[in-house]
Amino acid sequence: MSTPSDQHTDGGGRSRTGRRLVVPVLAAAAAATVVAFGVTALLVNIFERKQEARNPFFRVVELTDETTDPAVWGKNFPLQYDRYKRTVDMVRTRFGGSEAMPRTPSEADPRSIVAQSKLEHDPRLKAMWAGYAFAIDFREERGHAYMLEDQTLTERHQKPQAGTCIHCHASVYVPYKKLGDGDLIAGFEKMNPMPYAEARRLVEHPVACIDCHDPETMQLRITRPAFLEGIQALKAAQGEPDYDVNTVASRQEMRAFVCAQCHDEYYFKGKGKRLVYPWTKGLKADQVLAYYDEIGFQEWAHAETGAPMLKAQHPEFELWNQGIHSRSGVACADCHMPYTRVGAMKISDHHVRSPLLNINNACQTCHKIPEEDLRARVENIQSTTYEMRNMAMDALMALIEDIKRAQAAGMSTEALDRARDCQRKATFLIDFIEAENSTGFHAPQEAARVLFKGMDYIRQGQLAVAMPEPADALASSVTGTDAAVTDS
Amino acid sequence: MGSMRLAGAALTHAVLAAGLVGGVALGVGSYTFVYAHGASYLTDDPGACANCHVMQDHLDAWAKSSHHAVAVCNDCHTPHDFFGKYLTKSRNGYHHSLAFTTGRFHEPIQITPVNEAVTEAACRYCHTDIVQAIDVADRHSETLSCIRCHPSVGHLE
Repeated sequence: MSTPSDQHTDGGGRSRTGRRLVVPVLAAAAAATVVAFGVTALLVNIFERKQEARNPFFRVVELTDETTDPAVWGKNFPLQYDRYKRTVDMVRTRFGGSEAMPRTPSEADPRSIVAQSKLEHDPRLKAMWAGYAFAIDFREERGHAYMLEDQTLTERHQKPQAGTCIHCHASVYVPYKKLGDGDLIAGFEKMNPMPYAEARRLVEHPVACIDCHDPETMQLRITRPAFLEGIQALKAAQGEPDYDVNTVASRQEMRAFVCAQCHDEYYFKGKGKRLVYPWTKGLKADQVLAYYDEIGFQEWAHAETGAPMLKAQHPEFELWNQGIHSRSGVACADCHMPYTRVGAMKISDHHVRSPLLNINNACQTCHKIPEEDLRARVENIQSTTYEMRNMAMDALMALIEDIKRAQAAGMSTEALDRARDCQRKATFLIDFIEAENSTGFHAPQEAARVLFKGMDYIRQGQLAVAMPEPADALASSVTGTDAAVTDS
Repeated sequence: MGSMRLAGAALTHAVLAAGLVGGVALGVGSYTFVYAHGASYLTDDPGACANCHVMQDHLDAWAKSSHHAVAVCNDCHTPHDFFGKYLTKSRNGYHHSLAFTTGRFHEPIQITPVNEAVTEAACRYCHTDIVQAIDVADRHSETLSCIRCHPSVGHLE
């Protein structure tokens, strides 16, 4: 215990020694604090990574075969759900992707943002589809998040559309089962012939978790009736009867098949408007065309030539099947939903999008070359395809003009019908590559072959309605020659 | 005398305080080292390379590769001399921890030119008898890379 006098006497010395020590002690303490702070942060970081690696997921809600709402699934799988929700992004690539175009909302269509119009970008499409709903409104496709909204509000509804369309624009598995009293196929058959607006009231979400995943095991599974039937028909034609995709297909096949539930060419069959994938002759464009020719199917009559027309629809699965990636066992999900690291977890990227927006994860896992080189390879294939597609479109316009001219000149129905058939076939083949969303990338050589075959039909069609140049200028020279010949 | 005693007491307090703070830092540091299996990085155990999870796929792919019975990570990814081995380990250890802790690295992970050279040398360390006739032509040509044509010998693709 110090007395007041001690304090008085020694106070100065004590504080001097104290002051000399204050700086080094504080410095040491500060350094140690920084180190301890940093090391603790590292410790917690390591701890978190270990936890992430240990717990693939926490089951916080019970998922059943009736749970359509993806937000509920998202409680168990927040990482996947977070990525899934990002399909709202609108990003352009050189030949695809969507761009947010501002639009004045109206009562009928409250969208303030839409994708760019393809019809405005290439008016030849309007002439190609004259008389069909696609000539009214056709925009760049936006991400999965918009599939239902964009279909509900498209101006194509000026022509009545069927409930069949819902098959691929909404999470339809549970609604089908409800409509069919537990029977998926019965519900499918009931919804197809409904007017679109009526069927639209039965669905709520765009494509959701339950459309591709089993709620118990999370395994991939097929829920779309048209694909169940389509792949069965294809396999039967290949000599494999009674194919049940959900029990026979491998995991890697399923990583393509779940996408192929919708990304295919299709048609509506008969009065029941049943959705059918036309694969019994094979998956190639001309095999599909041969199927349509055999059953005499026609989607509409061309407004200017009366040709019995077909519309090709986003045949990604079909074209991919002809390509090198398919042959190498690379599935849709490998490039469009590549594995991505979230902390110590590795998940499938549920932000489904163009691999060109994610080249490192999508391509470099296999192709160990720089990103710029990979992009250049892809864009070379695409610009080559686009150049061919443009030549074919110009030629198709010329055929339509030739048929119109021949009609006006009163050419024989037989010749006109031959040319119209060529127009039908050429349009389908060109549209097959035009509507396909990879601009040829999924199978470059096949895309070129299909366009080339389209060009050949155009050539045949133009020959069928070829007229001796009627114009006045030529007429006289022809007469002159004739006269000369007669004279001699 | 009183002043000296008190100064000594202050010094004792100061050293005690510094010792306490430093000890806490050291304690946390050692715990972190043990918790993170720091010592395992000095061994040849392939499991150590997957401690930080990022290498898990590569470890799995190695287990299925043709070389898994004859070579572990260090046989192909570190030089075959003591000094080179631990230099490579410490250099990669520093870069990897920095990258994986901050999360700033290229996905998918790619081998750096320096480490690729280490691996190329490792191929030749064991396979000299086979490759010396090929190699003698042009030692420094990029086209004479073993793993360019045999990319899956160490990690099944």
